[in-house]
Amino acid sequence: MKMQNKRNKSRRKFLQSSGIIGVSTLLGVQAFPLSSCSKKTESSQTIKVLTPEGKLMEVEADQLQEIHHHQPVSSKESRKGIPGKKFVMVVDLAKCKNARECIKACEAHHNLPPDRPFIKVLKIQDNPQSSPYWMPKKCFQCDNPPCVKVCPVGATFKRSDGIVLIDNQLCIGCRFCMAACPYSARVFNWGKPKPIGNSKHAHYSPETSTPSQVGTVEKCDFCPDLLREGKLPPCITACPNGVLYFGDANEDAVTNGVDTVRLSKLLKDKAGYRYLEELGTEPNVYYLPPVDRLFPFKE
Amino acid sequence: MESIHKTKENQQILNDLTTPILKSGRNFKLLMLVLSIVIAFGIFAYYRQLKHGLIVTAMRDYTSWGIYISNFVFFVAVSLVGSLISSILKLANAKWSYPLTRIAEMVAVASIICASIIIIVDMGRPDRFFYVITHARIQSPIIWDVIVIITYLVISILLLLLPLLPDLAICRDQLNGIPSWKKRLYKAISLNWKGSPRQQKRLKKASSILEIMVIPVAFAIHTITSWLFATTWRPGWDSTNLGPYFVSGAFMLGAAVIVIAMYFVRRNFHLQTYLTQEHFDKMGKILVMLSLVYLYFNINEYLGPAFKMVGVEGEHVTELFSGKYAALYWFVQIIGLILPIIILLFRRGRRPLIMLLVSFMVLLGAWLKRFLIVIPSLQHPYLPIQDVDESYHHYYPTWEEWAITFATFAGVILMVGLMMKIFPVIPITESINNRSSKIADNETSNK
Repeated sequence: MKMQNKRNKSRRKFLQSSGIIGVSTLLGVQAFPLSSCSKKTESSQTIKVLTPEGKLMEVEADQLQEIHHHQPVSSKESRKGIPGKKFVMVVDLAKCKNARECIKACEAHHNLPPDRPFIKVLKIQDNPQSSPYWMPKKCFQCDNPPCVKVCPVGATFKRSDGIVLIDNQLCIGCRFCMAACPYSARVFNWGKPKPIGNSKHAHYSPETSTPSQVGTVEKCDFCPDLLREGKLPPCITACPNGVLYFGDANEDAVTNGVDTVRLSKLLKDKAGYRYLEELGTEPNVYYLPPVDRLFPFKE
Repeated sequence: MESIHKTKENQQILNDLTTPILKSGRNFKLLMLVLSIVIAFGIFAYYRQLKHGLIVTAMRDYTSWGIYISNFVFFVAVSLVGSLISSILKLANAKWSYPLTRIAEMVAVASIICASIIIIVDMGRPDRFFYVITHARIQSPIIWDVIVIITYLVISILLLLLPLLPDLAICRDQLNGIPSWKKRLYKAISLNWKGSPRQQKRLKKASSILEIMVIPVAFAIHTITSWLFATTWRPGWDSTNLGPYFVSGAFMLGAAVIVIAMYFVRRNFHLQTYLTQEHFDKMGKILVMLSLVYLYFNINEYLGPAFKMVGVEGEHVTELFSGKYAALYWFVQIIGLILPIIILLFRRGRRPLIMLLVSFMVLLGAWLKRFLIVIPSLQHPYLPIQDVDESYHHYYPTWEEWAITFATFAGVILMVGLMMKIFPVIPITESINNRSSKIADNETSNK
């Protein structure tokens, strides 16, 4: 009984302190000035805020500050994933005309040299009778990822939100993951990477994949740094034809930047499929078959 | 000193087998010099690779493994020779094989060291090599390979050094006119061997444990190396046959390497009385048997996919049989496998010089075969290679890659050569014991 009490107490204490930390991080101030709040000066207004833990707190309005996320999350934090999310992408093959805007946007966002894009647009012809179509291909963020299985040092990992990332500060450059990936999604920094263009690329995090490092592997990462800010990956917004949909499977919604649709309904109505389903890799990128095309196929 | 009687015959054996340690001919010195130059060239190439990155190689995003990896597989295969000669033949009670054990162990140790070096050369970040220990994920076949290579290296070194103890004691006690560092070395590594019955008993026990232990480890080292390929999602490597296919190929290659080493040791150190025609004949029979086993696994490896011609797997096989790699593929199968089998089936084909030639054919075929295992598979992924630079479609190794590859060959020969200058290349004690037991046998049969 006593033990139980003790545990309860420590639990309460933990919640209290984590609450304070939560609020303080939200406010961008240290825990110490916050404790002075308990004196409650009558004159100032209070405001209700929600901590990251979901606790409702009251703080003085003049203490409130907005935080800008200048720094990307740490390597350790980037291994966890964004809570409650399950990111998916849907590619509507009927709409792609190889405009290549997604590739350019991706290059700019990740500071990539033009010869090693994360996205490739492949010309696929399923059989000699059917017409060829363009297939934008990026990392499929598999739920059973072959690359993560084979990595000897855990430099590449699977997160709770479905994204597979690479920590280029851990990667030893053995390229086993490249050999293992059946979709050839990964690229390697064979030589010195492109110099950093702007400050956005200067601070490394597995979530930004920049700056690149010589002798390490990289790939499409679904831009989790932007997802944290509630923004869409640049490839989605750059596409002039709304080919690419992005969203959260838990919310059952995906958007191409213009339309937002139900994921389950979209896949059901348009017979969505995953590439090489028989390999058992469980990709998180779906394709909609190239039927009723917007454009005729042109090289 | 143990029971080496100072008879005239024993002294003769001692002289014959320690001459290579005491004297080095001009040819030998020249060879060492040439090898050192080749290695220096390889080091220069590696320096360039460290400076600029793996961009100096011809490897690119699709052909992401090249001749470094195929050369690694090759040297892992060569290292299996140690377990074949010093363990399997010994346990099979093939007494004739004892003069070969030390050569085999020297080759095994040298090639496993070179295999370890080449795999580090292949790494994009060699500065992070120790991450495979500090951040090891036991689920990854690379970690299995690291563990088994280290284990095999340790066992191979022990298998080389432990049976050497009596001979090292002889060198320590009976060699005169050797430099003092060598004397100190013999004193240190002979581990106070006196040849007492207790020491003899312990050595025998330790040797038998090692000889048995090395067999599963040897099978594991090459099976796990095959799993580096078989555990990936690639047509061409997606085969349950890959383990025995690799192991049988390695044993064949190992036997060929031992013939080559035996030939040059015999000629250059004038050891014709110890390494006789009979040794070549017997090694020839072993080589032909191992080649037949490898032929069987080869047929197994290609028949299924070639019969069905499924998708990319079929494209891969077509490329080997009649496409871009056909010339190389048929060269390997005919010159490196079929012809050696035919030649070695005849007694006249098992004479030293012809055996040497055949072994070189096997060696060349084996190296190219590993190229054919690694590279064409990578060039046949499930999704077509498109939307990339033209250079991504091909793989022609650069001079840096060749320089490093030749340097590893030179490294193995150099290491074996230097070991032969320190350790008696043919076991002295066993030679003496064998001679006495032969005499004893003759005496009993005469009576």
